[in-house]
Amino acid sequence: MRKFLSPYLSSPITVIGGLLSLGWLLVALLAPVLAPYDPIKTLMPLAKPGALNPAGGTFWLGTDMLGRDILSRLIYGARTVVVFATLATLTAYFVGVTLGLAAGYWRGRLDAVLSYFANVVLSFPVLVLYIVIIVVIGSSPFNIILAVTFGSAPAIFRIVRGITIDVASRDYVSAAITQGESAWRIMLFDILPTASGPLAVDFCLRLGYTAITIGTLGFLGLGLPPPTPDWGTMVNEGRGMAIAFPHLVIFPCLAISSLMLGLSLLADGLREVSDAQGRRA
Amino acid sequence: MTLILFIVRKLGGAAAAMLTVSFLVYLALEVNVEDVAVKVLGQFSTDAQRAAWLTANGYDDPFFIRYGRWLWSFVTGNWGDSTYYRAPVIDLVPDRLAASGILAGGALLVMVPVGLLAGILAGMRPGSLIDRAVSLLSIVTTSIPDFASAVFLSAVFVFWLNWLPGASTMLSGFSLSEMVLPVLVLAFYSTGYLARVTRASMVEVMGTHYIRTARLKGASPARIVWRHALRNALITPVTVIMLQLPWLLSGVIVVEVFYAYKGFGTLLYDAALNSDIRLVEACAMVSVLVVVATQILSDIAYGWLNPRVSLLEATMGNK
Repeated sequence: MRKFLSPYLSSPITVIGGLLSLGWLLVALLAPVLAPYDPIKTLMPLAKPGALNPAGGTFWLGTDMLGRDILSRLIYGARTVVVFATLATLTAYFVGVTLGLAAGYWRGRLDAVLSYFANVVLSFPVLVLYIVIIVVIGSSPFNIILAVTFGSAPAIFRIVRGITIDVASRDYVSAAITQGESAWRIMLFDILPTASGPLAVDFCLRLGYTAITIGTLGFLGLGLPPPTPDWGTMVNEGRGMAIAFPHLVIFPCLAISSLMLGLSLLADGLREVSDAQGRRA
Repeated sequence: MTLILFIVRKLGGAAAAMLTVSFLVYLALEVNVEDVAVKVLGQFSTDAQRAAWLTANGYDDPFFIRYGRWLWSFVTGNWGDSTYYRAPVIDLVPDRLAASGILAGGALLVMVPVGLLAGILAGMRPGSLIDRAVSLLSIVTTSIPDFASAVFLSAVFVFWLNWLPGASTMLSGFSLSEMVLPVLVLAFYSTGYLARVTRASMVEVMGTHYIRTARLKGASPARIVWRHALRNALITPVTVIMLQLPWLLSGVIVVEVFYAYKGFGTLLYDAALNSDIRLVEACAMVSVLVVVATQILSDIAYGWLNPRVSLLEATMGNK
């Protein structure tokens, strides 16, 4: 374990990125323990950060216009982001990896059709694509996952397809075919592992960008329905009063930026290590 | 000759892509006829009204006939009426697109010089203090979502220093001070991204043999960078700049909504919020058209800057 981790631990940037990401994961997991208040309960409207709760306790980050504690909403918002961004990224990966392997392995008409379709989807500006999808199917947790899957699976498809085409012509794959191994077994156990380096980097970044997408949809009022604590929605609700009460919007923005920063730094570190290993091999 | 063949081929591909996109857009928004009637007439319309409207507008025909008719009228410039603005869609789009174009142009004016300069300075000496500062800054700017950089920049320049207006409605005519924040927010992400790409490209070029030769020949560092390295190092960044345009188009929606700027982004956003399907269709088609057009331009720029790749190869190469 230590040997596996040591190349990552030697770079301070990777460590900071890992700690930030892990920190938000822990916050999401331990939300009920960490949050001082119920995130959807009305307590005292528009308290400034650090104001005292007359019923005892402190509103460390203040409260919003409906009197809900912002710190507690941020903590539960981490849970929303972690759950939805992870689910959406995983389903996108499932679709993208499966289709990418199949297209790169079998080539032919299947590949032509899938690649063409991927190019068409990728020619939409991301946000336009999401907005059109959300207009058609409405905004619900399930639909947001569906939209993100549809929007990011093509990019994953491209990465996996490229690597599969490259690897499928190698000798050890021919050997596996001669041995009579099934096509999916070869794809999953012989080809996919060679893609793990680039995919790990892409996964971190994509997880972050999915979190940003969910946040942006929330900011545009097209996100998860209220009263779900969601960082983007908090910014949307607070921006009308932001001049008088900047704490309504600044803290959720700091939260999402620090999460994305953690994931970017982590991806950067992973890329350096995987490049270095690639050079040695 | 090659150039003409290249452009014809690219235009053919673009037309095919647009056709597919138009079908997907129409399929998504108009396959459910009942839904269309509700969106156009509002949810308090009666069943009889909806049925009458559908018959009057040819919605009793089969789907493919309707799609063909819609596509034809779209190509010939009849984009239907907006139910929200009560005006022909084709009259609404050009002005708004131009307004967003000004915003995107401003962002490019900030992003290109700053991003290229930072990337070149960082990539000239990898590992130097400048390099580390630029790398860290660009990771930070590329990690902050557009709506968050809008909040942070407004917090500094509007709430705290009170130097700039917090809304860019342009109600009393064009105002430069109202442009500053939207342009900065829009450029924020892309500048960092461009700096990263330029740095990586510069580091690669500076490590090549011909640069070492120039150095051994005794050429000054300025001459090496200016005469030898830049041309090769700028190939990737230039294509990246072109490909940033679609990204700017996404950013434009957030920035325009945040600053209440009347551009293409808010047009699409209002259309979406009000289920104004004709307007949504037109906006989706126009934005894909912008993307496809910039892709062709970036391919041409790439071939022009990089004579090692012939344009024909670039067309046939499966990217």
